[in-house]
Amino acid sequence: MADFLQLLIAGLATGAIYALAAIGFTLLWQTSQTINFAQGEFVMLPAFFALAAMNGFGLPFWLAAVLAVAAAVVLLGFVFKIVIVDPLIRQGVLPLVISTIAVALLLKDGAKEAYSAEAQRFPSILPDRLQDIFGAKISLAQLGVLGVAMATIGALQWFLAATHTGRQMQATAQNPTVARILGVRVERMVMFTFVLNAALAAIASLLISPVYFVKFSNGETLGVAAFVSAIVGGFNQVRGAIAGGLLVGVIDNLAGAYSTVIGVSSSYRQAVPLALLVLVILFRPQGLLGRREERAV
Amino acid sequence: MKRHAATALVLAALAVLALVPVGLQRYETYVLTLWLVTAVAALGVNLIVGYAGQETLAQAAFLGIGAYTAALLTKAGLPFGLAFVAAGAASFVIGLAIGFPALRVQKHYLAFVTLAFSIFVWLVIRNEEWLTGGVMGIKDIERPSVLGLSLRPHRLFYWFVLAVAAALAFVMWWILRSPWGRAFTALRENPVRAESLGVDVRRYTLLAFAIGSAYGGLAGALYAPLVEVIDPAPFALGPSLLFLLMVVVGGSGSFAGPFVGAAVAVLLPEWLRFAEGYYLLIYAVLVIVMMAFCPSGLVGLATRLYAALRPRHRGEVGGKPAALATEEAEP
Amino acid sequence: MKKTLLACLFVPGLAAPAAAQDSITIPNIIELSGAGATVGTNWRNGSTLAVEEINAAGGILGKKIVLEFVDTGSDPGKARAAVQRALDKNPVAIFGPIYSGSVSATLKLTNDAGVPQIIGGEAANLTEQGSKYIFRTSFGQNVSMPKIANYLRDDVKAKSVAVIYVNNDFGRGGRNAIIKELQSRGIKIAADISTEGGQADFAADVIKVKGSGADAVFVYLNEEESARFLVEARKQGLDKPLVGETTLLGQKVIDLAGAAANGVRGHVGLTVDAPVPAIQAFGKKFEARFKYKPDHNGVKGYIAPYMVKAAAEKAGKLDAKAIAAALHGLTITPDKVPGILIEATWDATGEIDRVSFLAEVKDGKQVITKVLPKLK
Repeated sequence: MADFLQLLIAGLATGAIYALAAIGFTLLWQTSQTINFAQGEFVMLPAFFALAAMNGFGLPFWLAAVLAVAAAVVLLGFVFKIVIVDPLIRQGVLPLVISTIAVALLLKDGAKEAYSAEAQRFPSILPDRLQDIFGAKISLAQLGVLGVAMATIGALQWFLAATHTGRQMQATAQNPTVARILGVRVERMVMFTFVLNAALAAIASLLISPVYFVKFSNGETLGVAAFVSAIVGGFNQVRGAIAGGLLVGVIDNLAGAYSTVIGVSSSYRQAVPLALLVLVILFRPQGLLGRREERAV
Repeated sequence: MKRHAATALVLAALAVLALVPVGLQRYETYVLTLWLVTAVAALGVNLIVGYAGQETLAQAAFLGIGAYTAALLTKAGLPFGLAFVAAGAASFVIGLAIGFPALRVQKHYLAFVTLAFSIFVWLVIRNEEWLTGGVMGIKDIERPSVLGLSLRPHRLFYWFVLAVAAALAFVMWWILRSPWGRAFTALRENPVRAESLGVDVRRYTLLAFAIGSAYGGLAGALYAPLVEVIDPAPFALGPSLLFLLMVVVGGSGSFAGPFVGAAVAVLLPEWLRFAEGYYLLIYAVLVIVMMAFCPSGLVGLATRLYAALRPRHRGEVGGKPAALATEEAEP
Repeated sequence: MKKTLLACLFVPGLAAPAAAQDSITIPNIIELSGAGATVGTNWRNGSTLAVEEINAAGGILGKKIVLEFVDTGSDPGKARAAVQRALDKNPVAIFGPIYSGSVSATLKLTNDAGVPQIIGGEAANLTEQGSKYIFRTSFGQNVSMPKIANYLRDDVKAKSVAVIYVNNDFGRGGRNAIIKELQSRGIKIAADISTEGGQADFAADVIKVKGSGADAVFVYLNEEESARFLVEARKQGLDKPLVGETTLLGQKVIDLAGAAANGVRGHVGLTVDAPVPAIQAFGKKFEARFKYKPDHNGVKGYIAPYMVKAAAEKAGKLDAKAIAAALHGLTITPDKVPGILIEATWDATGEIDRVSFLAEVKDGKQVITKVLPKLK
């Protein structure tokens, strides 16, 4: 029981971070039918910004973290949208998708060459104090990650549902043509989603780096995890991405501990979330919480 | 008339390609052979991406399936010809099996399924040590013999691969020219109209994916004896993404595109050797710039240049890539 | 026209750094991208540092050394092609690869060509394949794992051991070697846990280790994964001895894992933390030049050029076969060749022999508890 709780909380903490990255996936998908293959790198990079600010300019951690989010918003939000997405979306979806693969390569090798090929330690926002909960050893930092991620998700949900801008963004995501007729400034809303995506990725980056450390190759596993989460949960729904992220995080942990019980070697641990992905595509292609796509593409 | 000119041109190109390795060193011949093998796999990707309009993230996995099938069967004493066919057939059948559920749904789902499949294949290759040798892979893969002549020397093997690649390219050309292939072009130009004319989009797309994957498997069967040692690394997700990139850089949907794209992917690291670790960066920037300004790839660029330089003599046959591309541009 | 075009395609590749008569080029075929990028970068920096020193002191037999770096992308197929290419130019030696799978794919080529290949690979079987031209820069797993197994039996007094390893050519080879050694000493394998390179979440693995009831845990992971495992193990209160080989006790792991690394023990080959002034001086030089602390791959890359120097000077000529012949049975001592850092001997199979250490991490520092003498 204690073991199970331990795994569950570890899985939720990791899953919450997957969810943050997966939400960005779904936002971009909804507003511009883009699959961003650089999403994992978007989560990898902001921690480097923070490290550069701390080690290069001697800034305190909190300021470096704020700057990292700001830099991510500018570079991975505005610049990405204006320099990559805008010119490419005119050429069609495929060229854009291909370009995001190239962006992933660029960010990964860029971080390696510009900063370091070595993993770097990253400070934790919360102290690593241990808490005993029903026999499971839970660190405050872990609960903090879960808490911050959940709060961010909650704030996002509130923003989308309760604010004027948020509702306009949703309208844009659901049907840009109608939204435009209704007087929504569609272009601006699309830009907002890119900014939001970058901000979420940056927060995920700051949360995950104390555990993952900061390394140029971190985006590979993160990107796949976010991708799988988004599809499993439902590619066209923010709540789908959240559920998908948490589910994938928990399943990965349970698979690590209990896969041998069902006769699967732990060397196939990675395959378990993928099997879930395939099952979802077979039986519920719109994702667990997704709605059916009206658009025939 | 034009057809004769094109045939003559293709034959001339083949003759030149056959003569190239004379005077080249072992390593350069190896690189040329690798280019041909890569181009065969890229031909398959091009069918899937450029003609059927789908995205595959598993071509390297199919390359792996082909490579391991061929390596294991030839090690078990079966003739290479049989192993080669088995590699293609296995990839074709697996392509059908994973394409079927994915293509029931909408666009991009094939990308999702092939992504999962890609990682899964890599895991199997790495984990099933009794079969695949696990992380250490399979060593000392023999090169085949033809009529008692061992293809161990690099030049002979190059000629062998050139012949096979030319045959496979011809088959692909024939597929695209057949009524079946023309349906694709129709599909790509206007899916709604094609469907109304009775083209079963799903079935065509599925077959395209299976055939494209089979080309990956066949390329793998050539790859194993070329490098003589295989392990899981070249068949992971990353290389699959690179396949997609190279086809688009070359020019997806044009027949010469995969050859050009494979040349860039295989030769660029050679050109940029001075840049050491930086060549991936340069490559990535090149891809983005290319996509923004010329999404029809290098072949499209060449066609445009050709048209711009010789606006009045459109029928004339000039440089090879441009000529081939204008040929292909016709529906 | 096509032909000239093709010739053009190759020319940039062929135009290697203009090799003047008074210099020789040594190709480094190493992992500069892909999974092994960190390892390869360390090697590159180490060998660069050594060659700068050698050249500043007049080179080898009057010739300056030029290093050429070729990226294998951590792919044995590419490594093999790169070695082939390098051999076409008849080098006096080849450095690399570091990944054992890539070494395994290339050692036959260098053996056939008669060119010494100075490798970073540690898999047990590399020196057992009959190559007369392969030379290690660190202990093979066939040497280090028996030492670990003895340590587990004699010092830790473990009756059962849980083995956790990373499932790549480094980890898998080590896992096979240690399990063989443990079983031959009558020690039970309580758990045999495979993990992924790049794995972030070790909660499940620690639970399995705890559930196995083992007396001790043998941890054989790459740097970051070692650190993540240690953090998780400490969190869950895993109180069994955590024993490792070189990597687990390295400074990088200690830096990343922080306090969680305290108490870790095991065997270390030559690392920058070794209690030898020459090695620590090397660490400082490296850090001053490249702004970070090298790992043991940096040390491997550093001693490789000095091996060539010592062997060539013994042979009296810069010739591939002569260098290989001179290296077999050669003992290089730091008083003659300071760059070798510590006395080392190569036997007829290319295996290296030198002292090694039993160590423990205390207060964020690697502390040597015992010096294990050379085997012969």
